[in-house]
Amino acid sequence: MSALYAAALRMTRNPSDAEDLVQETYLRAYRGFGGFREGTNLKAWLYRILTNTFINQYRAKKRRPDQVDLDDVEDFYIFRRLGGIEAADAERTAETEALEAMPDAEVKQALESIPEQFRMAVILADIEGFSYKEIAEILDIPIGTVMSRIHRGRRQLQKLLWDYATENNLRPRVETSTGG
Amino acid sequence: MDCDDALLRVYEYLDGELTVWRRRAITRHLDECPPCANGFVFEVELRRIVVSKCREEVPASLRQRIAEALGIVSTED
Repeated sequence: MSALYAAALRMTRNPSDAEDLVQETYLRAYRGFGGFREGTNLKAWLYRILTNTFINQYRAKKRRPDQVDLDDVEDFYIFRRLGGIEAADAERTAETEALEAMPDAEVKQALESIPEQFRMAVILADIEGFSYKEIAEILDIPIGTVMSRIHRGRRQLQKLLWDYATENNLRPRVETSTGG
Repeated sequence: MDCDDALLRVYEYLDGELTVWRRRAITRHLDECPPCANGFVFEVELRRIVVSKCREEVPASLRQRIAEALGIVSTED
């Protein structure tokens, strides 16, 4: 249940909505269990109920607007800013430690700031560990769309984490040659 | 397979979503190219950090609520 609750929290961005959403999901799953076919993926089925319930009921509330615009972020956003492939391993270890030092709340907030369609895909892939095919079934979208949403979502997340680390001087000073 | 080809497919590679042949080609490139391998390792590290920081404890009150709600449903049926 803790994974489901964590997903619900990242989706709703609000503890009381998340609790209601998880409860509603369990109730719907219980009532709909007759419709569950053996051989189908039980976990994916449960998350499908979760996401459908979220989309139908909670999204309409929009307590907090999405904070990130849809500008595309390049691949390897952080990695390139670490000096890319030229940087020494020691520098990169320092950067990983800087990210490790970020408060949990900031990482959660960064993830919650990604626009919803991308956020949902990233939550299902990274936090819950679903395959592209399972996510396609859960969200009822083509696999190609799943892929592009996950990829764009992750890049946006990287940019947010990097921005936070930079603004808060978590980042150790490293001589980089990103040319920007 | 060059660096750009490998980097283009980093997520599919790490998500285990490539065909065996594509996967092998990238693994071979990573074996020969430490900078790219570092980039891939960094992505893995970053994801591990994000996942570890997004864990949540389920409130006891919620467990109780759900247990009660399911109990009520089951007696009604």
